[in-house]
Amino acid sequence: MAVLELEDDKVAAPALAHRRRFGGLFFAAMAWIGLIVLAAIFADVLPIPSPTEIDMLGKRALPSAEHWLGNDQLGRDMFSRLIYGARVSLIVGLLAPVISVTIGGMLGMLAGYFRGRFELFVTGGVDVLLAFPPLVFVLAVTAYLGQTIANIALVIGILGIPAFTRVARAVTLSLSEREFVTAARALGATHTRILLRELLPNVALPLGAFFLLGVAITIVVEGALAFLGLGVPPPTPSWGSMIGEGRDSLDIAPWLSFLPATFMFLSVLSFNIVGDTLRALTDPRPGQV
Amino acid sequence: MAAPLLSIEGVSVTLPTPRGLLRAVDGVDLALAPGRTLGIVGESGCGKTMLSRAVLQLLPKRATLKGRVMFNGRDLFTLPPEELRKLRGPELAVVFQDPMTSLNPVLTIGTQLIETLQAHLGMDTVSATRRATELLAEVGIPAPGQRLRQYPHQLSGGMRQRVAIAIALSCEPKLLIADEPTTALDVTVQAQILDLLAREQRQRHMALILITHDLGVVAGRTDDVAVMYAGRVVERAPTPRLFRHMRMPYTEALLAAIPKLDAAPHAPLPAIAGRPPDPTRPMPGCSFAPRCRYSDALCENTKPTLDDPEGAGALYACWHPLQ
Repeated sequence: MAVLELEDDKVAAPALAHRRRFGGLFFAAMAWIGLIVLAAIFADVLPIPSPTEIDMLGKRALPSAEHWLGNDQLGRDMFSRLIYGARVSLIVGLLAPVISVTIGGMLGMLAGYFRGRFELFVTGGVDVLLAFPPLVFVLAVTAYLGQTIANIALVIGILGIPAFTRVARAVTLSLSEREFVTAARALGATHTRILLRELLPNVALPLGAFFLLGVAITIVVEGALAFLGLGVPPPTPSWGSMIGEGRDSLDIAPWLSFLPATFMFLSVLSFNIVGDTLRALTDPRPGQV
Repeated sequence: MAAPLLSIEGVSVTLPTPRGLLRAVDGVDLALAPGRTLGIVGESGCGKTMLSRAVLQLLPKRATLKGRVMFNGRDLFTLPPEELRKLRGPELAVVFQDPMTSLNPVLTIGTQLIETLQAHLGMDTVSATRRATELLAEVGIPAPGQRLRQYPHQLSGGMRQRVAIAIALSCEPKLLIADEPTTALDVTVQAQILDLLAREQRQRHMALILITHDLGVVAGRTDDVAVMYAGRVVERAPTPRLFRHMRMPYTEALLAAIPKLDAAPHAPLPAIAGRPPDPTRPMPGCSFAPRCRYSDALCENTKPTLDDPEGAGALYACWHPLQ
């Protein structure tokens, strides 16, 4: 009796999945991220010179067989410093958004679902955090706790909480009004269950896309902090501090700044491309939310 | 009549609005025996959905409730939340109006069905999957094994409503509330869904409340019908009796407003003149009086009570019943 409405959409589903192509740009971006991540992980075993070994005779040396990308103003190997710098950028770039998305996502979902006084408290707290001058916060934390990778990730992570809270709360608010949440309650689902099984998969999509954007932003922010001298202290290389150190010799050796800037640019671009493509691919809803 | 499975006693629901207190449901009494079907009919905004939500305790937080709902010997209004939660699913289930929104868009049909089975019946994944396939087959979904892996947007409206029914039936509830289950579907599918509900209701000996605005829907498929207007039940009778001897002018007007297939093309559809009364302003007399062609001073000033003057099990609230 109901056969008639079936025939055509049975085939449509797999065909659609095939039609959504990744595109060359996506693979290029994935390749770059993969390369950077692998290089950062295996930096210690790679056959590259030490990133902190100073060669005073080879200051600002041009690329050679020994130093593939030349030396910096203190004669340290640029290629090696870029790879070790990727470690800082990637650890901070991934750790900070994880902190933001965990705390912010949780607070936002609870606020959007339970409403009431808790929501007031959360949105108020988020507004206070937003109004707090970020640089003062960074200065205070690094002054008291020290300029370590973990502390910098923590600071950027905490500063990212408001954005994730707002996204999570907004999505949860509109979803909680939907009938499938009422239907789940009518089937005797607990609050925990509704939050984790009904709402979280829906909230995870926008949050996930926002997370990759967060990674990109964090890499830039970490670079800016390092440029200002608030990042990981020397001699540990980081892309931001390399740009900052290269600034002094922009007129004679511009590549000292432009090489790390290019690495940062390519990494941020790659994360954005991957984020966009994955969001488009994993979204099972056609068109509207 | 057997002891009622569900008895609704003097239930009122009021909602605070910017224009004052809105009486969505106003002193409703209804009873339903196990395995019976009750149709609740009325136009939009007459309180039928609010009444069903009151029974399920799914009202908005701001709503205030009065009265008592006894289900299987337990008072649903005073039951602790944890007890109430356990009741939903295995005892009480509901099918909503719009199958587009009542299924989670990012979970597959299978996940939604299997998790319900696991949560309530403690089944393992293998047996829950087998049961889910059976349930989908029971509600008339071809190739159920394949459907389990699909998302709601890959199914048509009728299919989705079948899935929603399968989920509601999965824990073998004693009472199923179907809140306008066919309103969002087209006519040919409507009949299929209603037949499906009727078949499952008979097979499982489950009580069913069918909420609709269409008298035609309840006609052949319910044991009793309650007609609601402005938050009150205005007429209640066994279905055959209601259609043979309707007493309430509102029921008559509602029946006249059903489009007829044999009417001439472009014939105007008889509509009930006027609009439903403002639910934030209580009326001293019969709420239908301003729109009723039989109304007089008595109707305007004194509210009729829901009585059974003929002793035939047919109740109505009207000063001038139709003969």
